[in-house]
Amino acid sequence: MDFLRPATWEEALAAKAAHPEAVPIAGGTDLMVELNFGRRRPACLLDLGRIGELARWHREKGAVRLGAAVPYREIAAALGGPLPALAHAARAVGSPQIRNRGTVGGNLGTASPAGDAHPALLAAGAAVEAASVRGTRLIPVEEFFTGPRRNALAADELIRAVRIDPAGGPQEFAKVGTRNAMVVAVCSFALALDEAGRSVRTGIGSAAPTPRRAREAEEFLAGVLAEGGHWEDRRPPPPSAARRFAELAAAACAPIDDVRGSAAYRRHAVAVLARRTLDRTWTAYRGGERCA
Amino acid sequence: MRVNLTVNGRPAHAEGVWEGESLLYVLRERLGLFGTKNACEQGECGSCTVRLDGEPVCACLVAAGQAEGREVETVESLAGAAGLSAVQEAFAEAGAVQCGFCTPGLLMATDALLRREPRPAEAEIREALSGNLCRCTGYEQILSAVRLAAARRAEGAR
Repeated sequence: MDFLRPATWEEALAAKAAHPEAVPIAGGTDLMVELNFGRRRPACLLDLGRIGELARWHREKGAVRLGAAVPYREIAAALGGPLPALAHAARAVGSPQIRNRGTVGGNLGTASPAGDAHPALLAAGAAVEAASVRGTRLIPVEEFFTGPRRNALAADELIRAVRIDPAGGPQEFAKVGTRNAMVVAVCSFALALDEAGRSVRTGIGSAAPTPRRAREAEEFLAGVLAEGGHWEDRRPPPPSAARRFAELAAAACAPIDDVRGSAAYRRHAVAVLARRTLDRTWTAYRGGERCA
Repeated sequence: MRVNLTVNGRPAHAEGVWEGESLLYVLRERLGLFGTKNACEQGECGSCTVRLDGEPVCACLVAAGQAEGREVETVESLAGAAGLSAVQEAFAEAGAVQCGFCTPGLLMATDALLRREPRPAEAEIREALSGNLCRCTGYEQILSAVRLAAARRAEGAR
């Protein structure tokens, strides 16, 4: 096995071009498990830990450009303002030890349907910055996941950053698990309201072969909110509409039975999370009043 | 490959390291530091918690080559010439040790918490220790030990 240790981003791209079989490693929280258990023996590891820029974030034309190797600890501590759903998801990852190492770039690279960052990135409308020696392209996150643990990266590409517009309204993330720490999501859900755009976006985790949006639920809720004048008068949507939103969110799932939960439970729980996150986001939108 | 790092303030190096090897393996099997425990090897149990450049991490999830040039502190760094640290003494006094296997990781997690937050609230203690498992059902005594260590520090006893 080779262990490549590029000192700069350009060296990393050159190394990935020369060794397309190289597996990138940053926080190691997924890959090292596979190595420790002998499930994977890559010919080459590409350590991205020396490249300082990957572990930093900054604002660029209003959006947050989040380096692929910014640890969850930093996202939870510093980005709750512009990226509330992602910061919330970051706080729900693993344990302090895992949040000190784990990264959004790694979550995307692994592309597990259960990755905690994914629903938040989907709801926020993030774009993945994929780079190679051939150039850089922006992949909308809903096009990034191509199958269970498969993503849209070419063999010579690396994830450099994720670009995320700051929240245009309240956002929530919710996750079901057997305890509050060290849990792979049984299912998860994120909801983002965009006041200026009068739009709604969602993300479902661990209830389909890939993380995905619940588009019909989004369109239904956006229609209810627009037709009822809810954005203007801030009255909560009627309970029947909240129920329908939840049903449509569940209908967007294509879950499986596995050791963490049954398909039926996941569908039910996604509906519960959809209603709960709608309640919480609308409560926040109203300025703290409790909605029905 | 060869890996050079600083362990508990002293330069250390290991030869013939396999590229897929963990920092945990290097610490235990190559450097003879057996305080850091090997249990789940998947970041679930916290028994291998060490500080990497000051941050608590699971040594089993750090590739050895990633520790090149970095500073690692293990449980062996806690006790000084004067004896056990305040955190270690609090664990012993509170009966927070039964089989002892989880203890090094819990000591490192507690030490990191109290360095960052000398007077942690109950929820902060539980959160800080949420990545460390104890299978002797000793959590109440462990929480008592953390409170005791925090109180001792606040008193300035040490």
